[in-house]
Amino acid sequence: MRVQPKMIVIGGSAGSVPVILEIMKAIPDKFPHTVVIVIHRQRNVSSEMATVLSIANERKPIVEPDDKEPIKTGCIYLAPQNYHLLIEDDHTFSLDYSEAIKYSRPSIDVSFESVARVFGENACAILLSGANSDGTEGLHSIIENKGTAIVQDPTSAAYPAMPMAAIAANKSSLVFKPIEIAKFVADLQQ
Amino acid sequence: MAKQIPDITNDELEDILCSIFDTYGYDFSAYARASMHRRVVKYMEDINCSTARDLKYQIINSTEVFNYFLQRITVNVTEMFRDPDFYKAMKEQVLPMLASYPIIKIWHAGCSTGEEVFSMCILLHEANLLERTRIYATDINPLNLEKAKHAIIPLDVMKEYTINYFKMGGTNDFANYYTAKYDNAIISLDLRKNILFSQHNLVTDEVFNEFQLICCRNVMIYFNHQLQNRVIKLFHESLSSFGYLALGVKESLLFSEMRPKFEVINRNQKIFRRSI
Repeated sequence: MRVQPKMIVIGGSAGSVPVILEIMKAIPDKFPHTVVIVIHRQRNVSSEMATVLSIANERKPIVEPDDKEPIKTGCIYLAPQNYHLLIEDDHTFSLDYSEAIKYSRPSIDVSFESVARVFGENACAILLSGANSDGTEGLHSIIENKGTAIVQDPTSAAYPAMPMAAIAANKSSLVFKPIEIAKFVADLQQ
Repeated sequence: MAKQIPDITNDELEDILCSIFDTYGYDFSAYARASMHRRVVKYMEDINCSTARDLKYQIINSTEVFNYFLQRITVNVTEMFRDPDFYKAMKEQVLPMLASYPIIKIWHAGCSTGEEVFSMCILLHEANLLERTRIYATDINPLNLEKAKHAIIPLDVMKEYTINYFKMGGTNDFANYYTAKYDNAIISLDLRKNILFSQHNLVTDEVFNEFQLICCRNVMIYFNHQLQNRVIKLFHESLSSFGYLALGVKESLLFSEMRPKFEVINRNQKIFRRSI
């Protein structure tokens, strides 16, 4: 049976990079799903994040999309610094330079909500370690639109505030340790 | 969750934008939907409006509500020397070429409250080109232009701009470019005297002059693909031969049908030059 391609969107802040690396490593070569990573990082400084994440899985290059770039199934994308990342109905990326939300641009909420609107039940959002409450509202949209919501187990997070806030507000989220998240993503292949 | 979050379907949004065009003449129909949808929903939350029907009624019947809508729907976020590497590239790759013109004409399209225009003025001043430059700074939003003319910037953000200036490779005393009073700074009038602010709508207005450089950074990200093509065509027609076009660092001409008519000057900083 053919697998329905999913849109996996990962949101992370402080302490999330090691977990993202673990997920990257678990992604098999022939992966039919798209991954979008949204990480809080500094603005107005050049960032090597794409390079750092690429090291984990050399066969899967990481792309920081330009505005209106068409989404290619099977690719891994990283939200550009200092923009919100959204998705249009025609499956192209759209960037937005409006106000930071919860001190964050890119905002995880904005990307999760946009993915939920466009991909519905084929959306899978994963919220990782962080020190604020970004992602909580976005996960709510994912669940409302029948997508899958996964939150990193706060006991395994370097900064548990973000996962804790998300779990408290979204009781139906799946709570996984990093190794379980990696396995879940790898198993989506079948 | 107890709080009711308003929502609006694509068709309802379409209908409201259509009525706005009929009533006020602002055409938002070709704005990128994802971001527009988000801002409209936020606006509805703000004014305590839970249905599309109610929103349409309020906007159509009150110019005041519409003006606030315009303020919220158009993005007015900007900063001085945003993307310091872009300004470094301007200084090194573009200004030396502009120096060969007796009169330099620059168009800042979608200038918002002017911060990027002031940054350009500082670059031009430091390259001794400001005296013979005319800068046309335009925006869709008259309130932005009013603010831009006053050139008043809160001191706390000025600190951040100073850091951007040094990251860009600036070596002068940045404080010489403004006068501080209480909690605000005002950009020096000497820097601003060759700027002409005026209203221009990229969606509906046409070519109005010929330029050696057009800066339109992070404006077209709010437009859909068709409108982006129209605007790039407008820029192409507004540029002199070998005139420069500067876009935001994540705005590519790759997806535009006008791509063959420009050559790439700086791939990362999205600086192009009209080739034919």
